[in-house]
Amino acid sequence: MSEIVKVGMADLNICKAPNMITTLGLGSCIGIALYDPALKLGGLAHIMLPDSTQMRNNTNIAKFADTGIEELVRRMIAAGAVQKRLVAKIAGGAKMFEMTASSGVGNIGARNAEASKVKLKALGIPLLAEETGLNYGRTVELYCSTGEFHIKSVGKPLKII
Amino acid sequence: MSTYTLNEVNDIYFDVLREIGNIGAGNATTAMASMLGVRINMEVPKVELLTFQELGSAICPEDESIVGIYLEVSEDITGSMMFLMKLNSAHYLVNRLMGRPTDYDQDFDEMDMSALTEIGNIIAGSYLSALSSMTQLTIAPSVPHLAIDMAAAILSVPAIQFGLYGDNALLITTEFGDEVMIDGYFILLPDLESYDKILQSLGIKI
Repeated sequence: MSEIVKVGMADLNICKAPNMITTLGLGSCIGIALYDPALKLGGLAHIMLPDSTQMRNNTNIAKFADTGIEELVRRMIAAGAVQKRLVAKIAGGAKMFEMTASSGVGNIGARNAEASKVKLKALGIPLLAEETGLNYGRTVELYCSTGEFHIKSVGKPLKII
Repeated sequence: MSTYTLNEVNDIYFDVLREIGNIGAGNATTAMASMLGVRINMEVPKVELLTFQELGSAICPEDESIVGIYLEVSEDITGSMMFLMKLNSAHYLVNRLMGRPTDYDQDFDEMDMSALTEIGNIIAGSYLSALSSMTQLTIAPSVPHLAIDMAAAILSVPAIQFGLYGDNALLITTEFGDEVMIDGYFILLPDLESYDKILQSLGIKI
């Protein structure tokens, strides 16, 4: 019987086959799924903001794309993963409301997606697929047996990347 | 930059928010009552400080659909605010407004969506005018934006704004209605600089 590991907002965790790791209702946040195919080990981070270095209050490392991805990689390596085997898929980064740019968070979804890609590239982790942007929420599930990343949205068919 | 962190202003701000909530709720009730042509009661609002994990499921399970109405404010106070309702509450209100049976639950059409936006606008506007008259500050709301989607996805928007300053979010819950009481949820998001202005104009010193 496989288990489900749940990741909250500004949270991260890892998970082994045959289990599944999920985060519910990504809006402008990004779900970053890392996977080591040899070990069938998965990891999922639910980040909210792009850059920890711009914040005074940055104690919660899972909140930011840069420190969140670093920590997730560290956790996966501690569990036996090899960094050069890791691959990534990301989802989220929607613009839930038509906000003006002046609020500073109007395009936060796009900035979160961009920051996640920059960090993955810096760590040499290839981004295999992404499902980001637009204006709707996404629930994501990473199946550690296969590395499949399932994306569910309201009123839309299941998408597998 | 602001003098206080969110945690420092929280205690005082709690009381202020509750008071604004009370007055705003009163205004909103009057506005809703005249819109629906019925008598509406309202309970004393509850103010909670939640972690992001708690916020996502504070209204309903994270992946259940809710209605969110978001508007930005400018002038003396800058920031944004959000009004949220469960889907069944939104159906109930729209049905009342449209004169339909209260158990009608077909998907919202364009007309329903604009009715919902207007309901959100009236309620949010009532809160903002309460804040404005308490503080003597000018607050200009933008046009409201409506989204119906998973609770956590909609709540990610205010969560991210709270996330700029700390690791908690303030949620105000009010209960209102006629025969059926429904829950309405408010999130007020003044920019951190505006917290100071609100407290100062109320004569509160930290």
